[in-house]
Parts: sequence; C-alpha cells; structure tokens
Amino acid sequence: MKKNRLIENIVHGIFLLLGLITVGCVLIITIYLVISGIPAIREIGLVPFLFGKTWASTSAQPLYGILPFILTSIYGTAGAILLGVPIGFLTAVYLSKVAPPKIKSVMETAVSLMAGIPSVVYGLIGMMVLVPGIRSLFRIPDGASLLAAIIVLAIMILPSIIKVSMTALDAVPKEYEDASLALGATPIETYFRVSVPAAKSGISAAVVLGVGRAIGEAMAIMMVAGNAPNMPSLFQSVRFLTTAVASEMAYSSGLQQQALFSIALVLFLFIMLINATLNFFLKRSKEV
Amino acid sequence: MNKRILGALAATAMIAGMFAGCSSSDSGKGTVTTDGSTSMQEVIGSLGEVFQEKNSGITVTYNPTGSSAGVKAVQEGRCDIGLASRSLKDEEKQSGLISTTLAYDGIAIVVNPENPVSDLDLDTIAKIYKGEITNWKDVGGKDAEIVLIGREAGSGTRDGFESITDTKDACKYRQELTSTGDVIATVSQNPDAIGYASMSAVKDNIKALTIGGVALSEAAVKDGSYVVQRPFELITKKDTKLSDEAQKFFDYITSADASEVIASAGVVPVK
Repeated sequence: MKKNRLIENIVHGIFLLLGLITVGCVLIITIYLVISGIPAIREIGLVPFLFGKTWASTSAQPLYGILPFILTSIYGTAGAILLGVPIGFLTAVYLSKVAPPKIKSVMETAVSLMAGIPSVVYGLIGMMVLVPGIRSLFRIPDGASLLAAIIVLAIMILPSIIKVSMTALDAVPKEYEDASLALGATPIETYFRVSVPAAKSGISAAVVLGVGRAIGEAMAIMMVAGNAPNMPSLFQSVRFLTTAVASEMAYSSGLQQQALFSIALVLFLFIMLINATLNFFLKRSKEV
Repeated sequence: MNKRILGALAATAMIAGMFAGCSSSDSGKGTVTTDGSTSMQEVIGSLGEVFQEKNSGITVTYNPTGSSAGVKAVQEGRCDIGLASRSLKDEEKQSGLISTTLAYDGIAIVVNPENPVSDLDLDTIAKIYKGEITNWKDVGGKDAEIVLIGREAGSGTRDGFESITDTKDACKYRQELTSTGDVIATVSQNPDAIGYASMSAVKDNIKALTIGGVALSEAAVKDGSYVVQRPFELITKKDTKLSDEAQKFFDYITSADASEVIASAGVVPVK
C-alpha cells in the first residue's frame, strides 16, 4: 500500500515537472522579450519607434521607425484573410456538407498534406513562380511585392481555416438540418441559413487562427516580399514585422539589435491579442 | 495535500539537477581574440576552425564589431588581432599600427544573362544605385526600369559594395535580400535586375559585368585592375609582441597553407 502511494507520488511529480517545463518556456520567452525589448524603445522613444516612417538601422544617423512594418503586417494579414477566408470557408462547407465521401476523403488528405508543407517550400515556389508571374502579368519592373506576400499567406492559412471550420460544421446537430429540410428548405438553403449560423463561433475561431498564422509567418514572405522598408503599397517591395527581425538579426549589433528585439516584442503583443480573441471565440463556441 | 507537496518537491529537485548538470569546462591552453570587420566573419571563422583543429587547446574568438571598432580594439589592447576590411588611415598608421593584407574581396556586379549591357564603370554603378539613372536605356540597354537588388543592412557584402562605390545610406533598393543565393536567384529571374554578390557566387545563370572593361577574375582583383574590391587587413601593433598563441595563428593565416581555406570562403588569398 505504502509502496503504491510512493510510486503514485513520483509519477505525479514527473507530470508536474513536464507541465512546469512548458509553462517555464512561455514565462522565460515572455520575460526575456520584455527585458530585451524595452531598452531600445526607451532609447528611441515609444512614439518615434512605433510611428516613425523610416527604418535606416545602419546609416550614419540611424532611424528606427517601425510604422512601415506594422502597417505591412496588418495589410498583409488583412489581404490574406480577404483572399483565404472565402476560399477556405466555402471549401469547408463543401467538404462537410455537400461532397460525396470519396471526394471528401481525397480532398481532406490534400488539405492535411498542405498543412504539412514547410513554409520555406511555399516561399521557394512563390519566389520562382509567383514573383516572375506577377511581374509579367502586371507589367511592373519587379514582382516581389506585398501582393506576392498576400497570395502566399492566403494559401498558407487555407488548411487551418478549412480544418477548424469543418470541425465546427461537423458538430452542428443533425436534427437542426433535418428540421430545416422537413420545413421545405433546399439543402443549400439549409447549409447557409442553419448550419453555418450554428457553427458561427467555430468559424470565427478559424478566421482568428488564420490571422495568427499569417501575422507570425516569416520565412515564406521573406522570400517573396522584397524586404525593402517601404510604406506598404500593393506592388511595392515591403517588409513585415517578422521579416524585419529575421533579415537583420544575423549581423546586427548594439542599438540595432536591441531595436530588433523591440520589434519582436511588438509582434509578440500582436499575437497575444490575437490569442486572446481566439480564446474568446472558442469559449463562446463551447457555451453555445 | 501531502501528496502534492511531495510532488512539488520532486519537481524542484529535478529542475535543480538539470541546472547543476551544465557547467563550463573549456579552459584550454590559450585564446586568440580577433575583433573587427563583419565582412570578414566567414574567412576568419573558417580559418579559426581549421586552426583549432590543428592546435587543440587554443581557442580563436571573433567579435563582429566593424572595421573601425576593430582597429580601435587593437589600439586599446582589447584584442590580439584587429580585422579591417579597408586600408589603414594615415592617422591610424601614425599611432603605431601596422596592417598585413590577408586577402582581397572582389564583389561581382551581376545582371540577368538576357541583359544586353555587359560593361559599366564604377561611377555609373554608383549613379544607378543612388537612383540617378533609373532606366537601362541610359546605359546602353533596352527601355526598362532598372531593378536594384541589394543585401540587408549589416551585411558585409552590402557594406563593401556601398563603401567602394561611395553610396553609403544612399542606395534606393527595390529588394533587400538576406543571402547571396537569394540575390543570384532573383537576378537570374528578372531580366531588368542588377545586383551584387561575392565573386565566388557567380555562376552561369547570371552575368557578371566587366567594370570599365576589366573582367572579374582572381588575377584582376590581385593586381587591382578590377576596382570593385577591397582588402581584408590584419591589424597589429608595431612594437608590441603578440602572445605565442596569437603569433601562431597569425603565422598560419598569412602562410600559403591557409590560402585554400581563404579561397573557399569566397575571397582571393594574397599568396
């Protein structure tokens, strides 16, 4: 009896330790980011840092304004959502409600596969196919632009939007749909008037998840966006918050490096905000 | 309750064990400290690696601070060997420093093979990068906007290119890419692009321009006729002796044995 209790306690301790490691990682990252992100903001000043329009980190009179990066991240993410959500959402409705089982299983496998493609592969194909394509299609001198980044991001967020929306749609009780059909509504009417509203919270969560994935992506867009710190415009080369950190970190030093940490802190706060929104929607969908 | 306390104790003990596990244990025979040019990171890095393999116990450290900071560090005795990717200025020489050329860094100016332009001079290149010339037709090409491809702020190649062409902080880049490979890939994709890359990266899918009629080659870099180049200098004090380890490292990297390693880092060895 005593021996059993001892084993029980040890196992309990191991589980607790594993849990603590996870929590510890989050805490360490947060604390580290805040500690290393604050000094540069203090030195540059919060307003010039957040609202300065020029980033020239290595010039003789360095300027550290990250407004172009913030706006680019917001525009890029919004563009990706605008393109990706309709496609992803309608695909989810089709797969969950309309598709015959055989097509459904093939398409679901394809979506899962898509989720597993590393972001560098998206970037590579974007760089080799999409960027020259945009260049010749729109007759602009160079295809590396915000538009290229938006298209790549829209494709990258598709799997998460489709999967989460599908889960929400699948969870709608069959009785709701049966009732609607019995009242004489057509299947399509039923899906859009009954199933989709019933799955509203889950679908919102899917969109927020897509936003989170889009705003945090670095590798793929670094290869297609051109990375010049311009104010965002659809056909201009732009730099995102993520790529601003990634592209200059390797050789940075001094205040430049500290400023990169500050950018990471800003990005971190953005993602925290998105996570809080996600939690809000998930909680609501559980309650419904 | 009791159970929980015991569990917590076990957890703390385990964490404590983890931290105790990692302690430093690398105190060898000596250290050679180098400090300076970020452009020399690769060449000093690979030289240091090879040297450490041959001389176990000696550690070579490298602090990427920039050429001027490296010169200052030697002056103040904060490092053994300073690294500068430029020649010493007169006042630096007068303060008792000497420089030994380790290698020459030639930078290729590359365009797409479809581009009819094959020769530019240094002045024109500077004007193109500063945005004073924006169309290929002004330099003998077809009527198309010039797409300027560069490297990210802090990159040694960018620093080298901008200091040679005297375009520091004035370049109007369309794209700032983070690796030589990206520059090559982008220029090979876009017929109107111009970029710069270390000379070792030039391959068939892009065209290296001749500068004022001189083609890029190791010989042209060595004799100075190819002008988009700069020296990699080792800076030491004239009347202070290096430590034994530092002298050994210095002798090795300036010997003919090291030239293969230097060449593999993409620059032209002196010997």
